[in-house]
Amino acid sequence: MSTLIFEKSRQGRRAFAQAPLNPSDTSIPKSFLRDDEPLLPEASELQVVRHYTRLSQKNFSIDTQFSPLGSCTMKYNPRACNALALLPGFAGRHPLGPVSHGQGFMKCMFELQEMLKSVTGMVGVSLTPMAGAQGELAGVAMIRAYHQERGDTERNEIIVPDAAHGTNPATATMCGCVAVEVPTDSEGDVDLEALKRVVGPKTAGIMLTNPSTLGVFERHIIEVERIVKDAGGLLYYDGANLNAICGKVRPGDMGFDVIHMNLHKTFSTPHGGGGPGSGAIGVGERLLPYMPIPVVTERDNDGESYYDWLEEDDMPHSIGRLSGFMGNSGVLLRAYIYMRMVGNAGMKRLAEYATLNANYLQARLRDAGFTLAFPNRRASHEFIVTLKHEAREFDLTAMDVAKALLDLNYHAPTTYFPLLVPECLLIEPTETESKETLDNFVDAMVAIATEARDNGTSFKEAPYKLPVRRLDDVKAARQLDLKYRPDP
Amino acid sequence: MPFIPHTDDDTREMLEVIGAHSLDALFDEIPKDLLIESLDGVPEAMSEMAITRLMRERAAQDGAPLCFLGAGAYEHHVPTAVWDLATRGEYYSAYTPYQAEASQGTLQTIYEYQTMITELTGLDVSNASLYDGASALGEAALMAVRCNRKVKNGRVILAPGVNPIYEKVASAIAGTQDITFERLDMDMATGNAMSSLPDGEGPVAVAIQQPSFPGTLEDVDRLTDWAHAQGAFVIAIVNPTSLALLKAPGHWGTEGADIAIGEGQPLGVPLSSGGPYFGFMTCKQKHVRQMPGRIIGRTTDLDGEPGFALTLQAREQHIRRSKATSNICTNQGLMVTAATIYMALVGYHGLRSIATRSHQNTSRLIDSLTAIDGVERLFDGPYFHEVALRLDRPVAPVLDELSIRNILGGYDLTAGNPDLGNSLLVCATETKTEVDIDAYVSALSEIMASAERKSA
Repeated sequence: MSTLIFEKSRQGRRAFAQAPLNPSDTSIPKSFLRDDEPLLPEASELQVVRHYTRLSQKNFSIDTQFSPLGSCTMKYNPRACNALALLPGFAGRHPLGPVSHGQGFMKCMFELQEMLKSVTGMVGVSLTPMAGAQGELAGVAMIRAYHQERGDTERNEIIVPDAAHGTNPATATMCGCVAVEVPTDSEGDVDLEALKRVVGPKTAGIMLTNPSTLGVFERHIIEVERIVKDAGGLLYYDGANLNAICGKVRPGDMGFDVIHMNLHKTFSTPHGGGGPGSGAIGVGERLLPYMPIPVVTERDNDGESYYDWLEEDDMPHSIGRLSGFMGNSGVLLRAYIYMRMVGNAGMKRLAEYATLNANYLQARLRDAGFTLAFPNRRASHEFIVTLKHEAREFDLTAMDVAKALLDLNYHAPTTYFPLLVPECLLIEPTETESKETLDNFVDAMVAIATEARDNGTSFKEAPYKLPVRRLDDVKAARQLDLKYRPDP
Repeated sequence: MPFIPHTDDDTREMLEVIGAHSLDALFDEIPKDLLIESLDGVPEAMSEMAITRLMRERAAQDGAPLCFLGAGAYEHHVPTAVWDLATRGEYYSAYTPYQAEASQGTLQTIYEYQTMITELTGLDVSNASLYDGASALGEAALMAVRCNRKVKNGRVILAPGVNPIYEKVASAIAGTQDITFERLDMDMATGNAMSSLPDGEGPVAVAIQQPSFPGTLEDVDRLTDWAHAQGAFVIAIVNPTSLALLKAPGHWGTEGADIAIGEGQPLGVPLSSGGPYFGFMTCKQKHVRQMPGRIIGRTTDLDGEPGFALTLQAREQHIRRSKATSNICTNQGLMVTAATIYMALVGYHGLRSIATRSHQNTSRLIDSLTAIDGVERLFDGPYFHEVALRLDRPVAPVLDELSIRNILGGYDLTAGNPDLGNSLLVCATETKTEVDIDAYVSALSEIMASAERKSA
């Protein structure tokens, strides 16, 4: 079933159209050359096309299944964004090519920076971070640089709520800081009393997602800002959930000093089976000098404007370069195209309809008997169902529901995250899904719960209808098989 | 409303179920004074037809110059099938493969990739990718510190041929954790490390780039053995195309490099102004638990049938949080899919002929260019597909002249390496024909001659 491309290889077979024929030897001395032959496939072009086409068909994807993954914003990726970003002039442009041969691309990047400033309410944007986690790294590094430049060298604590993404505390560590957790109260807001206890002269800043990963808006955001700023810390906005507030509220207006955006979420660049992402950052006045380079600027040449790069010499306080060239440029182009197609009025509609879909699905699931983690709260663009009753009463866990949903042709929601809600499903439908899809999803959830409760059906061995059954993760970790080795 | 399917009836019915009287009511938990009416900086929406026209104009503005630039990103033929397949919706719009049963396509593809890239680098295990080659050096330095616990000084020594941009990126990423980067002196005659190497307190790691940034071939065996003798880890920085010809890092010196990293772009990824590319990383088996990033393993399902899943996740941020090996979450999955398809299509023999033709084209190019007065090779030794030249005048104006003729003549080494003088790095991959090479040679001849006349 899962035959590898290597097992389809036959010695001497080639995709002959794809490489030069019969080149002779090189002048490179033998001492530099390899004397072994690496095992790469030997296959015809048709074999390769058929193999990877068939493999792709074993994936769930937005194009084929509803994928209500909380905090991941799996919305439709418009086809035009991809096709236009791959126009030959863009796809073929060498990153070190002169600005004279890059004005078209750079104009797009400059305008993207401007649009993102507007969406976030920030004064500067740097597009180079290559994923959300790298945007976080840039943000925390800037916060550190800011304190250090002021001689405030003791500030190395980054406060993160217990509901935060794992990247937040991991980033704090990577930047040589210490992550300090602050608890969430029973209504899903940051526990302000606890926050007051943890801030102090070592506080570098706080990393917040708002709406949080609990699917609710942090109502005390202004108080949080005051407590952290009074202690001398800065505010970092994790933009994973920006889709919830796009065009409605701006992180800059909430007092944040720095934000990273996940362009592959809010601005619909592809998830690609795990990447590439794009983690552009926005900053307020205080952090402007520290932005990662390069940044695109507009200059004037005898009354004619042109676009140019801001590099080390222009930004001597920058935290530096995070990528070999200009980040995930092709992803940035896709985000640019998406934003231009959605436009001014559309930006606000994203948030409104994402929120409508989440609140509708939340109400339908609640009415169908599921337990909400925060029943008294308005959902943002996502919400949490907890299966603690189902798990206790008839042994239906979040894992079981996730796997049972796969059999009904739905991608599972995010499971067991955030860690503080037991047996949870974090559900984010996004604005691009229709009412019928949401209604059908409710039917699927009800069918699974009914099967388990009324008929005692166990889903411990689900899924049944996918290319493979439930996989042995323990064996995967204990008997590591990380590459194909031919039989001797 | 682009991409939103709701009819007015849908919206009304949904609000009724929620018990909200309007869309605005859904935002009633947000403090009123924070709400905004509209975004000033985002223009009105464009139709697909209109944006297509705009993007075509902008893409055309950037032209299609004849490219002899390399310096870390290389123009290669990308078989049509590569992106035809990689942009199938099932790959393009798939989520991270956490739900393994619903992600066997992506997972098996990455497992095949891990096999191919470990074969090319001659090492045991690979992760599922990092962001790019430059950032991979930062991650490799951090990994070396975790693995090589005997050495506490945090010093990473770079061979003289390490790409200066890689050093900058690695410093930005790893510098906040008290890791410092130093460079070995360059032997100005060869472009490589000096014949006598320093001794003293050993560094935690030594990074060696092959081919070197200025295009030379370093004696990697000697440097590897020197580093190991001092108790340092060896990080190899390699170009994957070159590995069809050159010795694999796993076979450098007596023991082989410990970690190999590099820029995956040459394997079927378009130049695209610098990204998205992908960084690859492979290492010896014993260090696998210190690797950053996702790793795919083959296992079995409930029926005993083979299948693929993410494994060793206890290293990662979503499990270990502040104790994770890295904060990386999203990687460059789609680029790896493309690279896997590329390697499957060309195979070892195809990659070898691409590497060989690139080498031959570069030879032809530099033989002709160095016949021009005022152009000579900077270093004499062997090379792969990139060579440093010395001009008798500043490089930047010459490159400007060439770009006016729609030729990207190479990378100006002068700014980053003032010691090298007026030097220019040129590259001719398999994409270049004799006509292309002749065009560059005659353009440069004219420019060198006319400038001489001007100054005469």
